[in-house]
Amino acid sequence: MSSPPTAPPEAAAPESEGRPPRQSAARRVLAFLRNTWRGLTSMRTALILLFLLALAALPGALLPQRSLNQQLVDQYFTDYPTLAPILDKGGFFDVFATPWFAAIYLLLMISLIGCLVPRNLDFARAMRSDPVATPRNLARLPHHATATLDEAPDAVLARVRTLLGGNRFRAWQRAERDEPGGARTVSAEKGRLREAGNLVFHLSLVGLLVGLALGKLFGYEGQVIVLSGGSQFCNSSILGYDSFRAGLRVDGTELAPFCVRVDDFAADYLPNGQPDSYRAQIGYQTAEDVEAGDTTRWSSYDLRVNHPLRVDGARVYLLGHGYAPRFTVTWPDGQQRTGQIQWRPVDMTTMLSEGATKFERPGVTDPAQRQNSQLAVTGLFAPTSSGGQIITSVYPDLRNPQVAVDVLRGDLGLDDGRGQSIFSVDQAQVDSGALTRVARANLLPGESLTLDDGTQVRFDDVTPWVSLQVSHDPGQETVLIFAILLLAGLGVSLAVKRRRFWVRVVPAGDGRTEVRLGGLARTDQAGYGEEFDRLRAAVLGAANESHPPPEPSDPIHRPESSGTPETGEPTGPTDRGDT
Amino acid sequence: MPIDPVLAAYSDDLYIGAVAVYVIAMFLHAFEFVGNRKPVRTKTLVATSGGDVADAPAADETPAAPTGRTRSDKCGRMGVAVTLVGLLLHVGAIVARGIATERWPLGNMYEFTSAICLAAVVCWLVVLRRSPSLRPVGAFVLSPVLILMFLGGTVLYANAAPVVPALQSYWLAIHVTTVTIASGLLMVSGVASILYLLVKAGKTGKLAAKLPGVDALDRLAYRVTVVGFPIYTFAVIAGAIWAESAWGRFWGWDPKETVAFVAWVVYAAYLHARATSGWRTTGAPWINVAGFVTIVFNLFFINMVVAGLHSYAGLS
Ligand code: HEM
Repeated sequence: MSSPPTAPPEAAAPESEGRPPRQSAARRVLAFLRNTWRGLTSMRTALILLFLLALAALPGALLPQRSLNQQLVDQYFTDYPTLAPILDKGGFFDVFATPWFAAIYLLLMISLIGCLVPRNLDFARAMRSDPVATPRNLARLPHHATATLDEAPDAVLARVRTLLGGNRFRAWQRAERDEPGGARTVSAEKGRLREAGNLVFHLSLVGLLVGLALGKLFGYEGQVIVLSGGSQFCNSSILGYDSFRAGLRVDGTELAPFCVRVDDFAADYLPNGQPDSYRAQIGYQTAEDVEAGDTTRWSSYDLRVNHPLRVDGARVYLLGHGYAPRFTVTWPDGQQRTGQIQWRPVDMTTMLSEGATKFERPGVTDPAQRQNSQLAVTGLFAPTSSGGQIITSVYPDLRNPQVAVDVLRGDLGLDDGRGQSIFSVDQAQVDSGALTRVARANLLPGESLTLDDGTQVRFDDVTPWVSLQVSHDPGQETVLIFAILLLAGLGVSLAVKRRRFWVRVVPAGDGRTEVRLGGLARTDQAGYGEEFDRLRAAVLGAANESHPPPEPSDPIHRPESSGTPETGEPTGPTDRGDT
Repeated sequence: MPIDPVLAAYSDDLYIGAVAVYVIAMFLHAFEFVGNRKPVRTKTLVATSGGDVADAPAADETPAAPTGRTRSDKCGRMGVAVTLVGLLLHVGAIVARGIATERWPLGNMYEFTSAICLAAVVCWLVVLRRSPSLRPVGAFVLSPVLILMFLGGTVLYANAAPVVPALQSYWLAIHVTTVTIASGLLMVSGVASILYLLVKAGKTGKLAAKLPGVDALDRLAYRVTVVGFPIYTFAVIAGAIWAESAWGRFWGWDPKETVAFVAWVVYAAYLHARATSGWRTTGAPWINVAGFVTIVFNLFFINMVVAGLHSYAGLS
């Protein structure tokens, strides 16, 4: 694997003659660096780093991760108040973003490159050179045979040539050489493709990492909720999103400004309430359409789970859905306001939802008065109501919608600068008495309730909403391409077997020929035994039986993978032994 | 999507039938070990000294006793034949469920477990066809199959039902099928490595005489992994492609994805260990076993205990 242990190339050697102490310090540093490099690029280090990588990834599966679910992390902090902060210090709730995880895979990549570049060079050299010369003593190889045939050397050689020829893909690489003493040898090798596959596989790992890095740097992901029935969303800025995760080099100025309009949403459920399909009928304008100012041209698309819209290098996904009840408030003076905002499902199987729709009385300018006249309609929504005093939902589809609401009046606390949830009122305002409940009722669509001051609150109807995710990952194609290369390289390298085969033909006088064969499998693949038997039979024919090999007996071939399991260490040349 | 209840019931009956027949096969394989030992002894010697048993069907043809088959030998052969019958019932059970639910029959843990066992049995029979001398390993392949199928039919059992929208994709068929096949293969390989370690540590006692040698077991483990690992790699890639269209990202370190990655790295370590001096025979089998443990852990623990996006593939 590593380069031969030659002296380091020190240009400074002559001058350093006069200053032995400093020279040896420099040498020591160089030696240290060289040894570190050699150690880092060794097979054993790769193995250890692979172990470490597996081990380091495990907590990512066993502990809750922030990137997946912040709530579970919070829960963990409540459950294990002493342990959690310690784990947090070590980054165990963000395993895949920690420096130690990055250190392991970066070391692995360095080791990989350091190990593969020399291999690459060796491989290129090997591709151009002839198969290695025939070893002097073929009997020392794992597979060997000897026989004396009643044939001329040339006849034997001709047979060997046809045997090892064959069509372009099955042919062996061959070289013939003359030896002193009249012997002639054929060295043959096949399976060089294996090395190529192995290199492609390993280099693809590096490519894969580059693709992942591209995504981390330049990708983004945003979620947004859009009401069905014609509402639009444009990918023009980060502000349009309900939540947004930007790559390290994304500042929001380079989003492709396409637009999406949600025309209709439909969900099908099985009788037991299990969802069977979701689909949103949407229209979209590409960034080009938008920039051209053509606001009438909308392409339509059937957005479904497993069927995202791909537009302008981004993908739009249908992530979830819910309901947005619409309320109309009519004040005693006849002024009207209609409010509609998404409520969030609290039970995914029945789609029972909760939320708060907030109103400000129009035309009120006095700040004090304004703060006493704000309204919130809050409570539960059931797409298929159970009916009765206390309602719940019994089915996720809109069969018999009903809301159970409290109407609160007073100061919603919207002006104090703190953001507040769109799904609830600020509990602090309720606790302080700034916001009080003035009515409670269960309403069917079209029904209304009247407050003490004569204000009417009507539950008009309900519209579904969809949550969309827009994702952009410029590294995705790179990753896919390298994943395919990786697989191809792996397949080739594990399927192709490297074999070597040598023939030495020695004239034995009287037109007879002594033929010696040797075989070596250069990889950890079994099966050369059989193949060698076939080759032997083809070269030596029946002579094989009449002249048993004089070498130490080896009736059934030993594993050619060199080394016996009992002793552990390989004893013969292996793939790496001779590079 | 309506469920055909009659067909679904047939599927369950076939499953139970398959388990019962595998149990019989298991007993027959067990008898293989208690039959008269002397003639078999010579056979084993041939098998162990021949480094290439995995390739040499001829090794088995070496007559164990000049007069013909021993009782032990007969039991072994019958064990294989009965396994084949079990396999047919097993295939029937899976096909019937697929038709009954009108979907690819890999939608919950009961169905995965069943299909993994099927893959393992098919793999085993293919191995056996190529290397008949490995036959005594049959009992050890069938044991985890039976344990899993028993758990599958009881704890994990799920009624025939359609699947949620995220699972309705042809990538489901591709990804889950390949994961299943790979898991089945890696299970056979893991069994071989466990046996290897047991035989090497001298823990198999009298059984060792009938088991193939460590060499053959090691080769069995390696050769099956070499087929299973690329399939597994493909399955992980297919899963990423599916996730890209279903969840908005091709890789998100969801617990299931993370453990799949860990298992992949462990198998990569196994292949490396095979090429690292000092690790080939001592460390490698342990790593192979660790790889399979990781796969099983991913299948059961992650699905049942750790919640993630994949958790809908659970017990309901
Ligand atoms: C990200 C880390 C790595 C992974 C996932 C990995 C994975 C693999 C896999 C799956 C194989 C078997 C398939 C094949 O023969 O092509 C393999 C073989 C090999 N790897 Fe790696 N590898 C990694 C890093 C390295 C490093 C750092 C080195 C160098 C020290 C290395 C050297 C080799 C060699 C020499 C083989 C050939 C073994 C043989 O001939 O059977 N690998 N690797």
